[in-house]
Amino acid sequence: MKNAFAVFKREFFSYFNSPVAYVILVIFLLVTQGFTFFFGNFLDGDDASLTRAFFMWHPWIYLVLAPAVGMKLWSEEHRLGTLELLMTMPISPWQSILGKFLAAAAVWAIAIFLTFPIVITVFYLGNPDPGPILSAYVASYMYAISCLAVTCAVSAFTRSQVICFIISVAICLLLTLFGMQQVIEAIVKTLPSSMEGLVRFVAYLCFLTHFYEMSKGLLVLRDLLYFGSVIVTCLMITSWALNSRRS
Amino acid sequence: MIQVENLRKVFGSKVAVDDLSFSVKKGEVLGFLGPNGAGKSTTMRMVTGYFQPTAGKISIGGVNMLENPEQAKRSIGYLPENAPLYPDMSVTGFLSFCAELRGLHGAAKSKAIDRVLEICFLGNVRHQSVDTLSKGYRHRTCLAQSILHDPEVLILDEPTDGLDPNQKHEVRALIKRMGENKAIIFSTHILEEVDAACSRAIIIDRGKIVADGTPDELKRRAPGADAVRVVIRGAGVRAELEKLSCVEKVEASSADEGSFAGRVIPRKKSSGVDLTREIGELAVAKQWKVETIHREEGKLDEVFRSITRSDVAA
Repeated sequence: MKNAFAVFKREFFSYFNSPVAYVILVIFLLVTQGFTFFFGNFLDGDDASLTRAFFMWHPWIYLVLAPAVGMKLWSEEHRLGTLELLMTMPISPWQSILGKFLAAAAVWAIAIFLTFPIVITVFYLGNPDPGPILSAYVASYMYAISCLAVTCAVSAFTRSQVICFIISVAICLLLTLFGMQQVIEAIVKTLPSSMEGLVRFVAYLCFLTHFYEMSKGLLVLRDLLYFGSVIVTCLMITSWALNSRRS
Repeated sequence: MIQVENLRKVFGSKVAVDDLSFSVKKGEVLGFLGPNGAGKSTTMRMVTGYFQPTAGKISIGGVNMLENPEQAKRSIGYLPENAPLYPDMSVTGFLSFCAELRGLHGAAKSKAIDRVLEICFLGNVRHQSVDTLSKGYRHRTCLAQSILHDPEVLILDEPTDGLDPNQKHEVRALIKRMGENKAIIFSTHILEEVDAACSRAIIIDRGKIVADGTPDELKRRAPGADAVRVVIRGAGVRAELEKLSCVEKVEASSADEGSFAGRVIPRKKSSGVDLTREIGELAVAKQWKVETIHREEGKLDEVFRSITRSDVAA
Protein backbone atom coordinates (compact mmCIF):
# COMPACT_ATOMS: atom_id res chain seq x y z
CA MET A 1 0.00 0.00 0.00
CA LYS A 2 2.88 2.32 0.84
CA ASN A 3 4.32 1.72 -2.61
CA ALA A 4 1.05 2.48 -4.34
CA PHE A 5 0.84 5.65 -2.27
CA ALA A 6 4.35 6.72 -3.35
CA VAL A 7 3.33 6.28 -6.99
CA PHE A 8 0.05 8.09 -6.33
CA LYS A 9 1.83 11.01 -4.71
CA ARG A 10 4.28 11.43 -7.58
CA GLU A 11 1.60 11.21 -10.22
CA PHE A 12 -0.80 13.53 -8.40
CA PHE A 13 1.81 16.23 -7.87
CA SER A 14 2.99 15.91 -11.44
CA TYR A 15 -0.51 17.00 -12.52
CA PHE A 16 -0.24 20.10 -10.41
CA ASN A 17 3.44 20.77 -11.20
CA SER A 18 2.44 21.25 -14.82
CA PRO A 19 -0.40 23.39 -16.20
CA VAL A 20 -2.39 20.26 -17.17
CA ALA A 21 -4.51 20.00 -14.04
CA TYR A 22 -5.22 23.73 -13.83
CA VAL A 23 -6.21 24.03 -17.49
CA ILE A 24 -8.54 21.08 -17.22
CA LEU A 25 -10.09 22.24 -13.95
CA VAL A 26 -10.77 25.70 -15.34
CA ILE A 27 -12.16 24.42 -18.65
CA PHE A 28 -14.31 21.86 -16.87
CA LEU A 29 -15.80 24.43 -14.51
CA LEU A 30 -16.39 26.98 -17.28
CA VAL A 31 -18.02 24.42 -19.54
CA THR A 32 -20.23 22.81 -16.89
CA GLN A 33 -21.49 26.15 -15.62
CA GLY A 34 -21.77 27.62 -19.10
CA PHE A 35 -23.81 24.72 -20.46
CA THR A 36 -26.03 24.78 -17.42
CA PHE A 37 -26.96 28.43 -17.78
CA PHE A 38 -26.88 28.93 -21.55
CA PHE A 39 -28.02 25.62 -23.02
CA GLY A 40 -29.66 23.96 -20.05
CA ASN A 41 -31.92 26.96 -19.42
CA PHE A 42 -31.25 26.39 -15.77
CA LEU A 43 -32.93 29.58 -14.58
CA ASP A 44 -36.11 29.07 -16.66
CA GLY A 45 -36.36 25.37 -15.96
CA ASP A 46 -38.01 25.71 -12.59
CA ASP A 47 -36.20 22.52 -11.65
CA ALA A 48 -34.12 22.44 -8.51
CA SER A 49 -32.88 18.85 -8.86
CA LEU A 50 -30.05 19.86 -11.24
CA THR A 51 -30.60 16.63 -13.20
CA ARG A 52 -31.66 18.14 -16.49
CA ALA A 53 -29.83 21.40 -16.64
CA PHE A 54 -26.55 20.46 -14.96
CA PHE A 55 -25.77 16.75 -14.95
CA MET A 56 -27.01 15.88 -18.42
CA TRP A 57 -24.01 17.63 -19.96
CA HIS A 58 -21.42 15.81 -17.91
CA PRO A 59 -21.00 12.65 -20.03
CA TRP A 60 -20.27 14.74 -23.11
CA ILE A 61 -17.73 16.83 -21.28
CA TYR A 62 -16.02 13.81 -19.75
CA LEU A 63 -15.58 12.00 -23.00
CA VAL A 64 -13.22 14.75 -24.10
CA LEU A 65 -11.70 15.92 -20.83
CA ALA A 66 -11.15 12.58 -19.07
CA PRO A 67 -8.88 11.28 -21.86
CA ALA A 68 -7.02 14.61 -21.65
CA VAL A 69 -6.24 13.88 -18.01
CA GLY A 70 -5.49 10.19 -18.50
CA MET A 71 -3.58 10.18 -21.79
CA LYS A 72 -0.20 10.68 -20.17
CA LEU A 73 -0.59 7.92 -17.57
CA TRP A 74 1.38 5.19 -19.35
CA SER A 75 2.26 6.65 -22.74
CA GLU A 76 4.50 9.19 -21.04
CA GLU A 77 6.23 6.44 -19.08
CA HIS A 78 6.86 4.62 -22.34
CA ARG A 79 8.16 7.72 -24.06
CA LEU A 80 10.49 8.81 -21.24
CA GLY A 81 11.72 5.28 -20.60
CA THR A 82 10.77 5.63 -16.94
CA LEU A 83 8.58 2.55 -17.32
CA GLU A 84 11.80 0.55 -17.17
CA LEU A 85 12.74 2.29 -13.94
CA LEU A 86 9.30 1.71 -12.43
CA MET A 87 9.13 -1.93 -13.48
CA THR A 88 12.55 -2.75 -12.03
CA MET A 89 11.63 -1.31 -8.63
CA PRO A 90 10.70 -3.88 -5.99
CA ILE A 91 6.97 -3.19 -6.34
CA SER A 92 4.28 -5.13 -8.14
CA PRO A 93 2.90 -3.71 -11.40
CA TRP A 94 -0.50 -3.52 -9.73
CA GLN A 95 0.77 -1.08 -7.16
CA SER A 96 1.92 1.23 -9.96
CA ILE A 97 -1.31 0.84 -11.91
CA LEU A 98 -3.47 1.56 -8.88
CA GLY A 99 -1.33 4.47 -7.71
CA LYS A 100 -1.37 6.16 -11.10
CA PHE A 101 -5.06 5.57 -11.75
CA LEU A 102 -6.08 6.85 -8.34
CA ALA A 103 -3.96 9.98 -8.85
CA ALA A 104 -5.85 10.81 -12.04
CA ALA A 105 -9.12 9.92 -10.31
CA ALA A 106 -8.19 12.34 -7.52
CA VAL A 107 -7.86 15.14 -10.08
CA TRP A 108 -11.46 14.45 -11.12
CA ALA A 109 -12.59 14.35 -7.52
CA ILE A 110 -11.24 17.86 -7.13
CA ALA A 111 -12.84 18.99 -10.39
CA ILE A 112 -16.24 17.68 -9.37
CA PHE A 113 -15.95 19.06 -5.87
CA LEU A 114 -15.28 22.50 -7.30
CA THR A 115 -18.74 22.56 -8.93
CA PHE A 116 -20.24 23.07 -5.45
CA PRO A 117 -21.40 26.66 -6.11
CA ILE A 118 -24.22 25.33 -8.28
CA VAL A 119 -25.43 23.19 -5.39
CA ILE A 120 -25.36 26.19 -3.07
CA THR A 121 -27.30 28.10 -5.73
CA VAL A 122 -30.13 25.59 -5.97
CA PHE A 123 -30.40 25.34 -2.23
CA TYR A 124 -30.55 29.14 -2.06
CA LEU A 125 -33.13 29.47 -4.85
CA GLY A 126 -35.33 26.52 -4.05
CA ASN A 127 -35.85 23.58 -1.81
CA PRO A 128 -34.42 20.55 -3.63
CA ASP A 129 -34.22 16.98 -2.43
CA PRO A 130 -30.54 16.34 -1.59
CA GLY A 131 -30.84 12.60 -2.39
CA PRO A 132 -31.01 12.81 -6.19
CA ILE A 133 -28.28 15.45 -6.25
CA LEU A 134 -25.95 13.23 -4.29
CA SER A 135 -26.76 10.21 -6.41
CA ALA A 136 -26.22 12.20 -9.62
CA TYR A 137 -22.88 13.40 -8.31
CA VAL A 138 -21.84 9.80 -7.68
CA ALA A 139 -23.00 8.87 -11.19
CA SER A 140 -21.11 11.78 -12.66
CA TYR A 141 -17.91 10.83 -10.84
CA MET A 142 -18.23 7.19 -11.85
CA TYR A 143 -18.68 8.31 -15.44
CA ALA A 144 -15.55 10.45 -15.25
CA ILE A 145 -13.33 7.76 -13.82
CA SER A 146 -14.70 5.10 -16.16
CA CYS A 147 -13.65 7.26 -19.12
CA LEU A 148 -10.34 7.66 -17.29
CA ALA A 149 -9.96 3.88 -16.90
CA VAL A 150 -10.56 3.43 -20.64
CA THR A 151 -7.86 6.03 -21.33
CA CYS A 152 -5.53 4.35 -18.86
CA ALA A 153 -5.86 1.05 -20.72
CA VAL A 154 -5.34 2.70 -24.11
CA SER A 155 -2.27 4.59 -22.89
CA ALA A 156 -0.60 1.32 -21.93
CA PHE A 157 -0.50 0.41 -25.62
CA THR A 158 1.09 3.51 -27.11
CA ARG A 159 3.88 5.93 -26.45
CA SER A 160 2.04 8.72 -28.26
CA GLN A 161 -0.28 10.81 -26.15
CA VAL A 162 -2.09 12.11 -29.25
CA ILE A 163 -2.94 8.60 -30.44
CA CYS A 164 -4.00 7.66 -26.93
CA PHE A 165 -6.25 10.74 -26.71
CA ILE A 166 -7.98 10.17 -30.04
CA ILE A 167 -8.58 6.46 -29.52
CA SER A 168 -9.82 7.02 -25.97
CA VAL A 169 -12.23 9.75 -27.07
CA ALA A 170 -13.51 7.45 -29.83
CA ILE A 171 -14.13 4.60 -27.38
CA CYS A 172 -15.77 6.86 -24.81
CA LEU A 173 -17.91 8.40 -27.55
CA LEU A 174 -19.12 4.98 -28.65
CA LEU A 175 -19.87 3.96 -25.08
CA THR A 176 -21.85 7.16 -24.65
CA LEU A 177 -23.69 7.22 -27.99
CA PHE A 178 -24.89 3.64 -27.78
CA GLY A 179 -26.53 4.49 -24.50
CA MET A 180 -28.63 7.28 -26.00
CA GLN A 181 -32.28 6.42 -26.35
CA GLN A 182 -32.57 8.10 -29.77
CA VAL A 183 -29.55 6.23 -31.14
CA ILE A 184 -30.78 2.89 -29.84
CA GLU A 185 -34.23 3.40 -31.36
CA ALA A 186 -32.72 4.39 -34.70
CA ILE A 187 -30.55 1.27 -34.75
CA VAL A 188 -33.42 -1.00 -33.71
CA LYS A 189 -35.51 0.38 -36.61
CA THR A 190 -32.88 -0.25 -39.27
CA LEU A 191 -31.87 -3.73 -38.14
CA PRO A 192 -34.09 -6.81 -38.43
CA SER A 193 -36.24 -7.32 -35.38
CA SER A 194 -34.36 -10.46 -34.38
CA MET A 195 -31.36 -8.29 -33.59
CA GLU A 196 -33.24 -6.06 -31.19
CA GLY A 197 -32.27 -8.10 -28.17
CA LEU A 198 -28.60 -7.82 -29.08
CA VAL A 199 -28.83 -4.06 -29.60
CA ARG A 200 -30.56 -3.61 -26.26
CA PHE A 201 -27.88 -5.77 -24.64
CA VAL A 202 -25.06 -3.72 -26.18
CA ALA A 203 -26.83 -0.55 -25.10
CA TYR A 204 -27.03 -1.98 -21.63
CA LEU A 205 -23.25 -2.30 -21.61
CA CYS A 206 -22.82 1.39 -22.37
CA PHE A 207 -21.97 4.11 -19.90
CA LEU A 208 -24.88 6.40 -20.61
CA THR A 209 -27.64 3.88 -19.84
CA HIS A 210 -26.31 3.45 -16.34
CA PHE A 211 -25.62 7.13 -15.92
CA TYR A 212 -29.27 7.98 -16.66
CA GLU A 213 -30.49 5.45 -14.15
CA MET A 214 -28.28 6.86 -11.44
CA SER A 215 -28.81 10.53 -12.24
CA LYS A 216 -32.57 10.11 -11.92
CA GLY A 217 -31.89 9.78 -8.26
CA LEU A 218 -31.78 6.04 -8.00
CA LEU A 219 -28.51 5.08 -6.40
CA VAL A 220 -28.72 1.53 -7.64
CA LEU A 221 -26.10 -0.96 -6.57
CA ARG A 222 -26.38 -2.59 -9.98
CA ASP A 223 -25.18 0.54 -11.75
CA LEU A 224 -22.40 1.10 -9.27
CA LEU A 225 -21.27 -2.45 -9.83
CA TYR A 226 -21.42 -1.84 -13.55
CA PHE A 227 -19.05 1.15 -13.40
CA GLY A 228 -16.84 -0.69 -10.93
CA SER A 229 -16.50 -3.66 -13.25
CA VAL A 230 -15.72 -1.38 -16.21
CA ILE A 231 -12.88 0.15 -14.21
CA VAL A 232 -11.53 -3.20 -13.02
CA THR A 233 -11.64 -4.59 -16.56
CA CYS A 234 -9.79 -1.58 -17.95
CA LEU A 235 -7.12 -1.81 -15.26
CA MET A 236 -6.69 -5.50 -16.01
CA ILE A 237 -6.23 -4.67 -19.69
CA THR A 238 -3.63 -2.10 -18.61
CA SER A 239 -1.79 -4.73 -16.60
CA TRP A 240 -1.92 -7.18 -19.48
CA ALA A 241 -0.65 -4.57 -21.95
CA LEU A 242 2.24 -3.61 -19.67
CA ASN A 243 3.17 -7.24 -19.15
CA SER A 244 3.06 -8.05 -22.85
CA ARG A 245 5.53 -5.22 -23.46
CA ARG A 246 7.96 -6.98 -21.19
CA SER A 247 7.72 -10.46 -22.63
CA MET B 1 25.59 -12.89 -6.36
CA ILE B 2 24.38 -12.88 -9.95
CA GLN B 3 23.81 -16.22 -11.57
CA VAL B 4 22.54 -16.42 -15.13
CA GLU B 5 21.97 -19.75 -16.81
CA ASN B 6 21.08 -20.48 -20.43
CA LEU B 7 19.34 -17.16 -20.85
CA ARG B 8 17.49 -16.76 -24.12
CA LYS B 9 15.33 -14.00 -25.50
CA VAL B 10 13.49 -14.04 -28.80
CA PHE B 11 11.67 -11.04 -30.26
CA GLY B 12 9.41 -12.32 -32.99
CA SER B 13 11.77 -14.17 -35.30
CA LYS B 14 14.89 -12.41 -34.06
CA VAL B 15 17.03 -14.11 -31.44
CA ALA B 16 18.38 -11.25 -29.31
CA VAL B 17 20.08 -13.29 -26.61
CA ASP B 18 21.07 -16.86 -27.26
CA ASP B 19 21.86 -19.25 -24.44
CA LEU B 20 23.88 -16.89 -22.30
CA SER B 21 25.37 -18.11 -19.02
CA PHE B 22 27.60 -16.23 -16.64
CA SER B 23 27.96 -15.40 -12.98
CA VAL B 24 29.28 -12.46 -11.03
CA LYS B 25 30.61 -12.83 -7.52
CA LYS B 26 30.70 -10.24 -4.79
CA GLY B 27 33.71 -7.97 -5.27
CA GLU B 28 33.70 -8.45 -9.00
CA VAL B 29 33.15 -5.80 -11.64
CA LEU B 30 32.05 -7.37 -14.89
CA GLY B 31 32.39 -5.35 -18.07
CA PHE B 32 29.87 -6.10 -20.76
CA LEU B 33 31.21 -5.41 -24.21
CA GLY B 34 29.78 -5.84 -27.61
CA PRO B 35 28.77 -3.98 -30.75
CA ASN B 36 25.47 -2.14 -30.92
CA GLY B 37 22.58 -4.55 -31.02
CA ALA B 38 24.62 -7.44 -29.62
CA GLY B 39 22.14 -8.04 -26.84
CA LYS B 40 23.81 -6.19 -23.97
CA SER B 41 20.81 -4.09 -22.96
CA THR B 42 18.39 -6.95 -23.51
CA THR B 43 20.44 -9.13 -21.18
CA MET B 44 20.56 -6.43 -18.53
CA ARG B 45 16.83 -5.83 -18.85
CA MET B 46 16.24 -9.51 -18.20
CA VAL B 47 18.63 -9.64 -15.26
CA THR B 48 16.87 -6.64 -13.68
CA GLY B 49 13.45 -8.19 -14.21
CA TYR B 50 12.16 -5.74 -16.81
CA PHE B 51 12.00 -8.24 -19.68
CA GLN B 52 10.74 -11.76 -19.23
CA PRO B 53 13.26 -14.20 -20.71
CA THR B 54 12.04 -16.67 -23.31
CA ALA B 55 14.01 -19.34 -21.49
CA GLY B 56 16.67 -19.58 -18.82
CA LYS B 57 17.23 -18.90 -15.17
CA ILE B 58 18.28 -15.76 -13.32
CA SER B 59 19.12 -15.69 -9.67
CA ILE B 60 20.15 -12.63 -7.67
CA GLY B 61 21.76 -13.39 -4.33
CA GLY B 62 20.14 -16.79 -4.37
CA VAL B 63 16.65 -15.42 -5.12
CA ASN B 64 15.04 -16.52 -8.36
CA MET B 65 14.09 -13.46 -10.43
CA LEU B 66 11.35 -15.23 -12.33
CA GLU B 67 9.63 -16.80 -9.35
CA ASN B 68 10.13 -14.09 -6.79
CA PRO B 69 10.70 -10.85 -8.70
CA GLU B 70 9.86 -8.34 -5.98
CA GLN B 71 12.33 -9.83 -3.54
CA ALA B 72 15.04 -10.27 -6.16
CA LYS B 73 14.64 -6.67 -7.36
CA ARG B 74 15.16 -5.41 -3.82
CA SER B 75 18.88 -6.16 -3.88
CA ILE B 76 19.47 -4.67 -7.34
CA GLY B 77 20.35 -1.11 -8.24
CA TYR B 78 19.76 -0.39 -11.92
CA LEU B 79 20.76 2.43 -14.21
CA PRO B 80 18.82 1.93 -17.45
CA GLU B 81 20.23 3.01 -20.79
CA ASN B 82 19.81 6.75 -21.45
CA ALA B 83 19.14 7.40 -17.75
CA PRO B 84 15.36 7.97 -17.77
CA LEU B 85 13.96 10.52 -15.33
CA TYR B 86 10.71 12.36 -14.68
CA PRO B 87 11.44 15.82 -16.06
CA ASP B 88 8.86 17.63 -13.94
CA MET B 89 10.47 16.65 -10.64
CA SER B 90 13.34 18.18 -8.70
CA VAL B 91 16.48 16.11 -8.11
CA THR B 92 15.61 15.49 -4.46
CA GLY B 93 11.95 14.95 -5.34
CA PHE B 94 12.92 12.24 -7.79
CA LEU B 95 15.34 10.59 -5.37
CA SER B 96 12.75 10.77 -2.63
CA PHE B 97 10.22 9.00 -4.87
CA CYS B 98 12.73 6.26 -5.70
CA ALA B 99 13.69 5.90 -2.04
CA GLU B 100 10.05 5.40 -1.08
CA LEU B 101 9.65 2.69 -3.71
CA ARG B 102 12.73 1.09 -2.18
CA GLY B 103 11.02 1.10 1.18
CA LEU B 104 13.03 3.94 2.71
CA HIS B 105 11.02 6.44 4.74
CA GLY B 106 11.60 9.25 7.20
CA ALA B 107 15.12 9.74 8.54
CA ALA B 108 16.52 6.72 6.66
CA LYS B 109 15.25 8.26 3.43
CA SER B 110 16.80 11.69 3.95
CA LYS B 111 20.07 10.11 5.06
CA ALA B 112 20.20 7.94 1.94
CA ILE B 113 19.42 10.93 -0.28
CA ASP B 114 22.13 13.07 1.33
CA ARG B 115 24.63 10.24 0.91
CA VAL B 116 23.99 9.75 -2.83
CA LEU B 117 23.85 13.50 -3.49
CA GLU B 118 27.36 13.67 -2.12
CA ILE B 119 28.67 10.57 -3.90
CA CYS B 120 27.30 11.70 -7.26
CA PHE B 121 28.24 15.39 -6.82
CA LEU B 122 24.67 16.60 -7.06
CA GLY B 123 24.66 18.84 -3.99
CA ASN B 124 24.48 22.11 -5.90
CA VAL B 125 21.55 21.09 -8.10
CA ARG B 126 19.52 19.28 -5.47
CA HIS B 127 16.51 21.59 -5.69
CA GLN B 128 16.71 22.12 -9.42
CA SER B 129 14.08 20.68 -11.72
CA VAL B 130 15.32 17.71 -13.75
CA ASP B 131 14.43 19.24 -17.13
CA THR B 132 16.79 22.16 -16.49
CA LEU B 133 19.79 19.88 -15.85
CA SER B 134 22.59 19.21 -18.30
CA LYS B 135 23.07 15.69 -19.58
CA GLY B 136 25.88 14.92 -17.16
CA TYR B 137 23.77 15.90 -14.17
CA ARG B 138 20.79 13.94 -15.43
CA HIS B 139 22.93 10.89 -15.85
CA ARG B 140 24.32 11.22 -12.37
CA THR B 141 20.84 11.75 -10.93
CA CYS B 142 19.77 8.44 -12.37
CA LEU B 143 22.98 6.84 -11.16
CA ALA B 144 22.25 8.24 -7.68
CA GLN B 145 18.86 6.55 -7.81
CA SER B 146 20.52 3.19 -8.42
CA ILE B 147 22.71 3.32 -5.31
CA LEU B 148 20.15 4.86 -2.92
CA HIS B 149 19.53 1.63 -1.05
CA ASP B 150 23.18 0.58 -1.11
CA PRO B 151 22.37 -2.53 -3.17
CA GLU B 152 24.50 -5.65 -3.28
CA VAL B 153 24.08 -5.92 -7.01
CA LEU B 154 24.53 -2.99 -9.35
CA ILE B 155 23.63 -3.11 -13.01
CA LEU B 156 24.65 -0.11 -15.07
CA ASP B 157 23.79 0.21 -18.73
CA GLU B 158 26.37 2.53 -20.28
CA PRO B 159 27.00 4.51 -17.12
CA THR B 160 29.48 6.92 -18.72
CA ASP B 161 27.51 7.63 -21.87
CA GLY B 162 27.24 11.37 -22.49
CA LEU B 163 29.59 12.42 -19.72
CA ASP B 164 32.59 14.68 -20.19
CA PRO B 165 36.08 13.19 -19.67
CA ASN B 166 36.30 14.34 -16.05
CA GLN B 167 32.92 12.95 -15.19
CA LYS B 168 33.78 9.70 -16.98
CA HIS B 169 36.86 9.42 -14.83
CA GLU B 170 34.84 10.06 -11.66
CA VAL B 171 32.20 7.49 -12.55
CA ARG B 172 34.81 4.87 -13.39
CA ALA B 173 36.56 5.48 -10.10
CA LEU B 174 33.22 5.25 -8.35
CA ILE B 175 32.41 1.94 -10.02
CA LYS B 176 35.80 0.58 -9.09
CA ARG B 177 35.42 1.71 -5.50
CA MET B 178 31.93 0.27 -5.15
CA GLY B 179 33.06 -2.93 -6.83
CA GLU B 180 35.01 -3.86 -3.75
CA ASN B 181 31.94 -4.99 -1.87
CA LYS B 182 29.27 -5.34 -4.52
CA ALA B 183 28.67 -7.41 -7.62
CA ILE B 184 28.59 -5.01 -10.55
CA ILE B 185 27.78 -5.45 -14.22
CA PHE B 186 28.24 -2.53 -16.55
CA SER B 187 28.04 -2.28 -20.28
CA THR B 188 30.13 0.04 -22.37
CA HIS B 189 31.44 0.75 -25.85
CA ILE B 190 34.57 2.35 -24.51
CA LEU B 191 37.28 -0.24 -24.22
CA GLU B 192 39.61 1.75 -22.03
CA GLU B 193 36.86 1.70 -19.42
CA VAL B 194 37.17 -2.05 -19.15
CA ASP B 195 40.83 -1.61 -18.34
CA ALA B 196 40.11 1.14 -15.85
CA ALA B 197 37.29 -0.42 -13.87
CA CYS B 198 36.66 -4.10 -14.58
CA SER B 199 38.02 -7.17 -12.94
CA ARG B 200 36.48 -9.30 -15.67
CA ALA B 201 35.01 -8.71 -19.08
CA ILE B 202 32.61 -10.52 -21.33
CA ILE B 203 32.34 -9.75 -25.00
CA ILE B 204 29.02 -10.64 -26.57
CA ASP B 205 28.13 -10.64 -30.20
CA ARG B 206 24.77 -11.51 -31.70
CA GLY B 207 23.48 -12.70 -28.38
CA LYS B 208 26.34 -15.08 -27.63
CA ILE B 209 29.37 -14.83 -25.39
CA VAL B 210 32.45 -14.78 -27.61
CA ALA B 211 35.06 -14.01 -24.97
CA ASP B 212 35.21 -14.12 -21.20
CA GLY B 213 38.20 -13.31 -19.02
CA THR B 214 40.17 -10.65 -17.20
CA PRO B 215 41.12 -7.64 -19.32
CA ASP B 216 44.72 -8.94 -19.46
CA GLU B 217 43.65 -12.36 -20.63
CA LEU B 218 41.52 -10.81 -23.32
CA LYS B 219 44.32 -8.58 -24.48
CA ARG B 220 46.53 -11.60 -25.03
CA ARG B 221 44.02 -12.78 -27.61
CA ALA B 222 44.76 -9.77 -29.78
CA PRO B 223 46.33 -10.65 -33.13
CA GLY B 224 49.38 -8.51 -32.38
CA ALA B 225 49.72 -9.35 -28.70
CA ASP B 226 53.27 -9.73 -27.39
CA ALA B 227 54.83 -8.40 -30.57
CA VAL B 228 58.07 -6.55 -30.01
CA ARG B 229 58.57 -3.18 -31.64
CA VAL B 230 62.17 -2.43 -32.44
CA VAL B 231 64.28 0.27 -34.04
CA ILE B 232 67.81 -1.05 -34.51
CA ARG B 233 70.85 0.34 -36.33
CA GLY B 234 72.99 -2.35 -37.82
CA ALA B 235 73.46 -4.43 -40.93
CA GLY B 236 71.27 -7.37 -41.93
CA VAL B 237 69.01 -6.98 -38.93
CA ARG B 238 65.90 -8.34 -40.55
CA ALA B 239 67.45 -11.52 -41.77
CA GLU B 240 69.01 -12.23 -38.39
CA LEU B 241 65.75 -11.61 -36.57
CA GLU B 242 63.93 -13.97 -38.85
CA LYS B 243 66.41 -16.68 -37.96
CA LEU B 244 65.42 -16.64 -34.28
CA SER B 245 63.58 -19.82 -33.40
CA CYS B 246 60.80 -18.15 -31.52
CA VAL B 247 59.95 -15.64 -34.23
CA GLU B 248 56.91 -16.17 -36.37
CA LYS B 249 57.17 -13.15 -38.63
CA VAL B 250 59.04 -9.88 -38.97
CA GLU B 251 57.15 -6.85 -40.23
CA ALA B 252 59.25 -3.93 -41.37
CA SER B 253 57.80 -0.47 -41.24
CA SER B 254 60.95 1.10 -42.67
CA ALA B 255 64.20 -0.58 -43.53
CA ASP B 256 67.34 0.46 -45.36
CA GLU B 257 70.94 -0.61 -45.47
CA GLY B 258 71.99 0.47 -42.02
CA SER B 259 68.85 0.31 -39.94
CA PHE B 260 65.63 -1.56 -39.31
CA ALA B 261 62.34 -0.48 -37.76
CA GLY B 262 59.36 -2.72 -37.37
CA ARG B 263 57.56 -5.38 -35.37
CA VAL B 264 58.71 -8.85 -34.47
CA ILE B 265 55.85 -11.24 -33.90
CA PRO B 266 56.54 -14.29 -31.74
CA ARG B 267 55.35 -17.81 -32.42
CA LYS B 268 52.25 -18.60 -30.38
CA LYS B 269 53.54 -21.91 -29.06
CA SER B 270 56.82 -20.45 -27.82
CA SER B 271 54.99 -18.34 -25.25
CA GLY B 272 57.11 -18.25 -22.15
CA VAL B 273 60.18 -17.29 -24.11
CA ASP B 274 60.99 -13.65 -23.55
CA LEU B 275 61.34 -12.35 -27.06
CA THR B 276 62.54 -8.95 -25.89
CA ARG B 277 65.46 -10.52 -24.12
CA GLU B 278 66.28 -12.77 -27.07
CA ILE B 279 66.44 -9.79 -29.36
CA GLY B 280 68.49 -7.86 -26.83
CA GLU B 281 71.03 -10.65 -26.54
CA LEU B 282 71.21 -10.96 -30.31
CA ALA B 283 71.83 -7.23 -30.61
CA VAL B 284 74.66 -7.39 -28.10
CA ALA B 285 76.24 -10.32 -29.93
CA LYS B 286 75.97 -8.57 -33.30
CA GLN B 287 76.94 -5.20 -31.85
CA TRP B 288 73.82 -3.49 -33.14
CA LYS B 289 72.71 -0.17 -31.80
CA VAL B 290 69.27 -0.59 -30.30
CA GLU B 291 67.26 2.64 -30.29
CA THR B 292 63.89 1.25 -29.31
CA ILE B 293 62.77 -2.08 -28.02
CA HIS B 294 59.51 -2.75 -26.22
CA ARG B 295 56.88 -5.38 -26.00
CA GLU B 296 53.50 -4.37 -27.28
CA GLU B 297 50.50 -5.13 -25.17
CA GLY B 298 47.56 -6.46 -27.06
CA LYS B 299 44.95 -3.80 -27.51
CA LEU B 300 41.42 -4.52 -26.42
CA ASP B 301 40.00 -2.87 -29.47
CA GLU B 302 41.98 -5.29 -31.63
CA VAL B 303 40.51 -8.19 -29.68
CA PHE B 304 37.11 -6.63 -30.00
CA ARG B 305 37.41 -6.14 -33.72
CA SER B 306 38.83 -9.55 -34.39
CA ILE B 307 36.11 -11.47 -32.57
CA THR B 308 32.98 -9.44 -33.14
CA ARG B 309 31.58 -9.10 -36.57
CA SER B 310 30.11 -5.71 -37.09
CA ASP B 311 26.80 -5.22 -38.83
CA VAL B 312 28.60 -3.36 -41.56
CA ALA B 313 30.60 -6.43 -42.51
CA ALA B 314 27.65 -8.77 -42.38
